[in-house]
Amino acid sequence: MFALGPIGFTAPWLLLGLAALPVLWILLRAVPPAPVRRRFPGVALLLGLSDDETQTDRTPWWLLLLRMLAVAALIVGFAGPVLNPQAERGGSDPLLVLVDGTWADARDWPRRMDRIDAALDAAARNARPVAVVTTTELPEGSPPFRAADSWHSQLPGFQPRPWAPDARKLTEWATGLEGAFDTFWLSDGVERPSRAPLLTALEKHGTVTVFQSPRPILALRPARFEDGAIALSVQRASSGVAAEATIIATGLDPNGVERDLARAVAEFDAEATEAQVRLALPPELRNRITRFSIQGVRSAGAVTLTDDSLKRRQVALIAASDDREGLQLLSPLHYLRQALEPSADLVEGALMDLLLANPDVVILADVANLAPVEQQALLDWVNEGGLLVRFAGPRLAASDVSRAEEAPLMPVRLRAGGRTVGGAMSWGEPKTLRPFGEESPFHGLAVPDDVRVSAQVMAQPDPTLSERSIAALTDGTPLVTRKGVGKGQVVLFHVTANAEWSTLPLSGLFVRMLDRLAIPSRVARPSSDALAGTTWVPQDLLNAFGMIEAAGTRPGIPGEALARGRPGPDTPPGLYAGEDRRIALNVFSDDTPLSAAKWPARIAVEGLDVARERLLKGWFLAAALAMLALDVMASLWLSGKLRGPHAGLAATMVLALVLPPHMSRAQTPQDDARAIAATTEVVLAHVVTGNPEIDRVAQAGLRGLSQVLTQRTSVEPAAPIAVDIETDELSFFPFLYWPVAADQPLPSPEAYARLNRYLRTGGMILFDTRDADISRYGGGSPAARKLQQIAAPLDIPPLEPVPQDHVLTRTFYLLQDFPGRYDSRDVWVEAAPPDARRAEGMPFRDLNDGVTPVVIGGNDWAAAWAVDENRVPLFPVGRGYAGERQREIAYRFGVNLIMHVLTGNYKSDQVHVPALLDRLGQ
Amino acid sequence: MTEAAALRSRAEGLAAALPPLLADAEHLAATVLLGEHGRRRAGMGDEFWQYRPAHPGDEARSIDWRRSGRSDAHFIREKEWQAAQSVLLWVDDAQSMGFAGDGTHGSKADRARLLALAVAVLLVRAGERVGLSGAGLPPRRGALQLFRLAQALGAVAGTADYGAPEARGILPHSRAVFIGDFMGDLAPVEAALAVAADRGVKGAMVQILDPQEEAFPFDGRTVFESMAGSLRHETLKAGDLRGRYLDRLAERKAWLSHLARLAGWQFHCHRTDEPAQSALLWLYRALEPVR
Repeated sequence: MFALGPIGFTAPWLLLGLAALPVLWILLRAVPPAPVRRRFPGVALLLGLSDDETQTDRTPWWLLLLRMLAVAALIVGFAGPVLNPQAERGGSDPLLVLVDGTWADARDWPRRMDRIDAALDAAARNARPVAVVTTTELPEGSPPFRAADSWHSQLPGFQPRPWAPDARKLTEWATGLEGAFDTFWLSDGVERPSRAPLLTALEKHGTVTVFQSPRPILALRPARFEDGAIALSVQRASSGVAAEATIIATGLDPNGVERDLARAVAEFDAEATEAQVRLALPPELRNRITRFSIQGVRSAGAVTLTDDSLKRRQVALIAASDDREGLQLLSPLHYLRQALEPSADLVEGALMDLLLANPDVVILADVANLAPVEQQALLDWVNEGGLLVRFAGPRLAASDVSRAEEAPLMPVRLRAGGRTVGGAMSWGEPKTLRPFGEESPFHGLAVPDDVRVSAQVMAQPDPTLSERSIAALTDGTPLVTRKGVGKGQVVLFHVTANAEWSTLPLSGLFVRMLDRLAIPSRVARPSSDALAGTTWVPQDLLNAFGMIEAAGTRPGIPGEALARGRPGPDTPPGLYAGEDRRIALNVFSDDTPLSAAKWPARIAVEGLDVARERLLKGWFLAAALAMLALDVMASLWLSGKLRGPHAGLAATMVLALVLPPHMSRAQTPQDDARAIAATTEVVLAHVVTGNPEIDRVAQAGLRGLSQVLTQRTSVEPAAPIAVDIETDELSFFPFLYWPVAADQPLPSPEAYARLNRYLRTGGMILFDTRDADISRYGGGSPAARKLQQIAAPLDIPPLEPVPQDHVLTRTFYLLQDFPGRYDSRDVWVEAAPPDARRAEGMPFRDLNDGVTPVVIGGNDWAAAWAVDENRVPLFPVGRGYAGERQREIAYRFGVNLIMHVLTGNYKSDQVHVPALLDRLGQ
Repeated sequence: MTEAAALRSRAEGLAAALPPLLADAEHLAATVLLGEHGRRRAGMGDEFWQYRPAHPGDEARSIDWRRSGRSDAHFIREKEWQAAQSVLLWVDDAQSMGFAGDGTHGSKADRARLLALAVAVLLVRAGERVGLSGAGLPPRRGALQLFRLAQALGAVAGTADYGAPEARGILPHSRAVFIGDFMGDLAPVEAALAVAADRGVKGAMVQILDPQEEAFPFDGRTVFESMAGSLRHETLKAGDLRGRYLDRLAERKAWLSHLARLAGWQFHCHRTDEPAQSALLWLYRALEPVR
């Protein structure tokens, strides 16, 4: 390809056409523009006049230049210019495109794909066979070299994996390669021990070129709970500049919607590769967090899932009520509080109240008898998976609970009275603990020597006693017993929770035993021993882009694999659920190293940037066309055709070429101001009819009504607003007054849609035909016919004349007439449902709920209401005192109407007042 | 009966094409408040003019005895001279009058016919006799003459490029109105004026021009042709000719004005984008009696 700087040409020979341009110049120069023929009577006066200048028969030089440039652009355009033509990489050997394909790749995976695309294009031009391989998903045997084009369709199938390549397998694969080939290695930029051997192996077969993105690699270590706050650590591969990373805590909100619950900013010092941030959150919020992620980084390494280690369990502590005040150290709950406070949320109170909060654990310290209701509720709760821990004590020893037969909430039957050993009045020494057996959940805990038990409640020997006993004294009597109830379990400590009966609560063993019982929150990750033999089922899986995917029906993994803490193809990162807890397997664990990849100096490392080939042919041809269009205009102007008889037409065409095709109508700030004005206060509104006189009267009428409302009621409307139903938002207005003018245009379909929405969502329109003096409702007056046309597409329910018991007759004033300037009885509202009937003894029917969406009449209410700025009525109503009375009733109708709009059927509900009073009386 | 039928059919044929013109002209003429259109001198007529003492030689029957009875002398009652004047119109019907410029105004011919017919309406209302010069239409009076005039003016335009005023058929001591663009050769104009002056005919010349003829808004390489195509002029840069063209036009107007003054006529130049009323008013004043 012939290239000039960054531009190459696909058909360079066409450029020879440029040599013809000077010839064209001379030709064009010699041909003057064609003359205009004009009929002109004044030609008689022109006869004999000669032109002063003779040079204008030549085309002006700038027009020539324009034409030359247009032709040159055409020639260049057809010569196929290409910006950034891809320099060919030499070599005809097969090409191995090796992609790391790890989580660190995910952040700019599309760019990697683009780079591979470009490499495939280049290889296709050179007919090199290509193989594309990711290190996280190695092919069996040697790489599949194929024609480059066939890889294009497969590229979307390559996805990064959220784990690092298996070093051993990778080395094995690399040593097994055969044949000569060059390698393009798209590195993810993270240093790994497997890199050096792989590089050595690849270099044996040909040159290796490394492509690596300079973008920083960020990773998030698992969140830890430290000193009441969540500690997060962000790692980066390369230091050098100060930077910051925003960490987002994501979880389900109380509605079950996943959202960002908190965020914090971690700041890297210039030389640091690690940034710490602490996030102090309320426990309720903290328990909801399911994962942390670094904002803007699409990579599984930047996401860390939280498991139970961040959760705080809720423990309900209940002691028998005691009347001994002030003896804190003797309180049965003191040692439990001390032991559990750092790692659990403690709640105390009445049992029934606490059960409503659904705690994870309920601890009953020396509570013997429960009310039947309490017992049943507690049993249900245990059946649902609750853990009930009971401690013995004097009350339990003295009670008959679980004496003759086993109580459902006790693991064993108890013998009466219990026993005391080593006291002043008894034989023998206080007992110590026997080492825990293998079946015991306490197995492995060291038994300190100083734990002494001086009193306990005794279990009745039962066939099940030995299996229910999980801790025993040296003499074999059970100290802790347990049984399963439904999904939950009941544990009984045969001693008190305070130091009265034993020194156990004073020792560290007490805390560890509670821990083993999973009473406190799990702060530490279980050891691999603890996980051995267990099976963990994935619940949520993390893909390389840091997205959560449903695990589907993937099989469980053994606990040993989970304990290794290293994600791989068999153990994808995600959240795994075990028997009683969940463990997160994160891509980036506490000890995963992160540093930038180092390459030997002999290896060429390139960025991922691909200067894409850009065909410029279209641009050149477009430029040529634009110049020719310009030439047309210039020629017209030169030859005087832009002036003269047809100048207007020509100018229009020129403008049409120059101006954008249409001008968009922007939303003006006045719209917002208007919306604010309409919504800060109650505003009455009227529809603009287009007839200025009617609009003025409507405005004045609503002004008068607003003043009356302000004087007499608690409704204090602002100045009324004129509403254009074609353009204005209607939902701000509870009430629209619509004077119907005979010459009013019909609303557009969009306006009808909005009007219908307005009516459906509770708006009210008062239609006023203003012709009740000459026409009755349904009559043939022009305004009435117009109203029929306007209302036909509206969503208006069946109507009826206002019935005597309509709520409109009593929302504020008691009215039966609704006069305006004219006094017609024809006022129509939404019809009552046909089954509305009057209850016995009630003055009103039990009418429909809601507000009638329309009120239709012709009494010209606005004219009766209308006042000028000095509050003087604008129009006379009736005659004399009777007229003023009619105006007063008109105002009262307006007040009733607005009250109806604003309070709905509130007055209608008064029908039920006797019934309500009757019910309250009971 | 046959005459009436023929008249009616002609009238209807006339109404098809001409009433607009006539209506326009009537409309235009209505804007001129018709004042006292007497001759303002004693003569034949119906209106009283003045009493004057009888001179020797006056006929006895012309003495107004009622007036004379109130004094010692004899008085003669003079009537105002109301003898109808003949006014002959010449309207240029050449091709050049068909020029309508950029189309926003009517053609010059339209304006010329309108003016001619409007002044005819005024004159007929004043009782004058109006006709067309040349052999076309001898001066007559009455509303019917207006229809004839309208018919004659609406007839097919001439084929010549430029029109020449027609002095034939002008009655001695009558009045004449020439309406045209006077863009062609001036020799016939001079000849016609000379004939008119010889016959003691006074009158008015109205030159109707299009705005484009007055402004010459052309540029670039242009071939100008006369309306009938007989004349042709090519220029490479029309804009350069504007100044000289306008000079020549001004010169021509000055010469026409001069010619008119020599012959005792009045000259007015009217542009078609101006309201026709101004021209009509000027024409009306120009035709008022000269003392």
